[in-house]
Amino acid sequence: MSENNIINSLKIKLVRSLESFGGGVDMVRKIFLLLFKKPDEPANIIKQMVRVGADSVPIVILSSFFTGMVLALQSGTATIRILGYPLFMGGLVSFSMILELGPILTAMVMAGRIGASITAQIGTMKVSEQLDALYMLGTTPEKYLGVPLFIATILMVPVLTLIADIVGVTGGYIAAVTNFEVPGSVYINEIVSYLKMVHVFNGLIKSFFFGFIIVSVSCYMGFTTKGGAEGVGKSTTRAVVFSMIFILVSDYFLSSLLNSLGMV
Amino acid sequence: MIQIRNLYKSLAGQPVLKDIDIDILDGEILTLLGGSGVGKSVFLKNIIGLMRPDRGSIRIDETEITALKLKELSKIQRKFGMVFQGDALFDSLTVAENVAFGMKRLSGLSMAQIARKVTEYLSMVRLEGVEDKLPESLSIGMKRRVSLARSIATRPEYIFYDEPTTGLDPITTDVICNLFLDLQKELDITSVMVTHDISTAYKISDRIAFLHEGSIAEVDNAEEFKKSDNRHVRNFIDINTGILRD
Repeated sequence: MSENNIINSLKIKLVRSLESFGGGVDMVRKIFLLLFKKPDEPANIIKQMVRVGADSVPIVILSSFFTGMVLALQSGTATIRILGYPLFMGGLVSFSMILELGPILTAMVMAGRIGASITAQIGTMKVSEQLDALYMLGTTPEKYLGVPLFIATILMVPVLTLIADIVGVTGGYIAAVTNFEVPGSVYINEIVSYLKMVHVFNGLIKSFFFGFIIVSVSCYMGFTTKGGAEGVGKSTTRAVVFSMIFILVSDYFLSSLLNSLGMV
Repeated sequence: MIQIRNLYKSLAGQPVLKDIDIDILDGEILTLLGGSGVGKSVFLKNIIGLMRPDRGSIRIDETEITALKLKELSKIQRKFGMVFQGDALFDSLTVAENVAFGMKRLSGLSMAQIARKVTEYLSMVRLEGVEDKLPESLSIGMKRRVSLARSIATRPEYIFYDEPTTGLDPITTDVICNLFLDLQKELDITSVMVTHDISTAYKISDRIAFLHEGSIAEVDNAEEFKKSDNRHVRNFIDINTGILRD
């Protein structure tokens, strides 16, 4: 490929990326304006909260419980190797879970579970003209689908993160007590001594933004789906991949910002 | 009445509709006939505002819609009912919820009145006892009738049918065609149908327009259309009647 062709191809990709970004921002703007208006169907918000929140509880519990256990296992092994005793396990597990692993793990699980599901649903509705039908029947896709999904995801991801935090720390407790014979009171004492509410808020603020990223990316990918079943598949893959990338990148910047605000 | 002048629309840089002029008269059934991929569905979507034309004029009952803002356009869209090519029923909703969908948002009726109307519209399309079923459990013919019930439930002035007989067997096609004719009389509406099914076009149309390479090649009543000496129309009719004969 000649140099000119490469430059032209890069230019086209850049323009398309900017168009997509602009389209995404416009979609979010429309949905945020609709949040302050009468909902199209209030029952839909509850339905989506159950789908996003309640239905995700088992997978969040499972993943965070074993992550907490592994964290305790590795930190216990490492402190024995370095210091000769399994020290600070309660502090290490709770800090890791609440500040970082709880929010990020929940966001990753939700990007895979709910992000994919949102894009596949909206994408299928797009290619089968159901989104067009919404316009003809007195509503819009943003109002009927976007608003309930935004409310449900942005509210439920922090709730799930809180569950992940508690379950992860509990998993760590079980591993610490059973594998290293750390007294339960020591484990809990370390958590109470070192952990403050501001750390919990730090994780929850991040999870709020992660929820926003998941629902924005997934809805946008769904609304812009083209082609048939293959198009839905491509959009769904893109939604999960982009959600995960945006979550990981934003995690660093959010953590830096929150740390600089003294929330650590 | 709908007046269309110099309607031009391109997709991905390719012209799809080229300066189309046509009037859709009150109370008639106009069929837009043409092969696959000539822009028939694009034509419908431009009229009902689901797509914006690149240039030209579309006047719906004296209102020029091409430059309308979305809010004003949505008021105009309430005049239309649409039966989509793939039915476009909401898969997560029951038949009754699908039919009630537009009424809940546009009619101002109470839930009890809407429930009664749902049964009424379903019986108009000869469907009974399917209210609680999900679309996936219905046959294609039944889905099409639910789609029709949903589109008439908002009491539109115009109904557009996008390939309404595609995928149906000849007997079901005949049933659906008779249903269109009955509803046309009963509801006093204006209908536009796009199809490549020439026998359906002959059976129900007051006028037939033929779309070829993005332009209207012929428009006439069904009897005159059959005798058309336009080369493209003749070719389309001969091939189709040949298929029908075989």
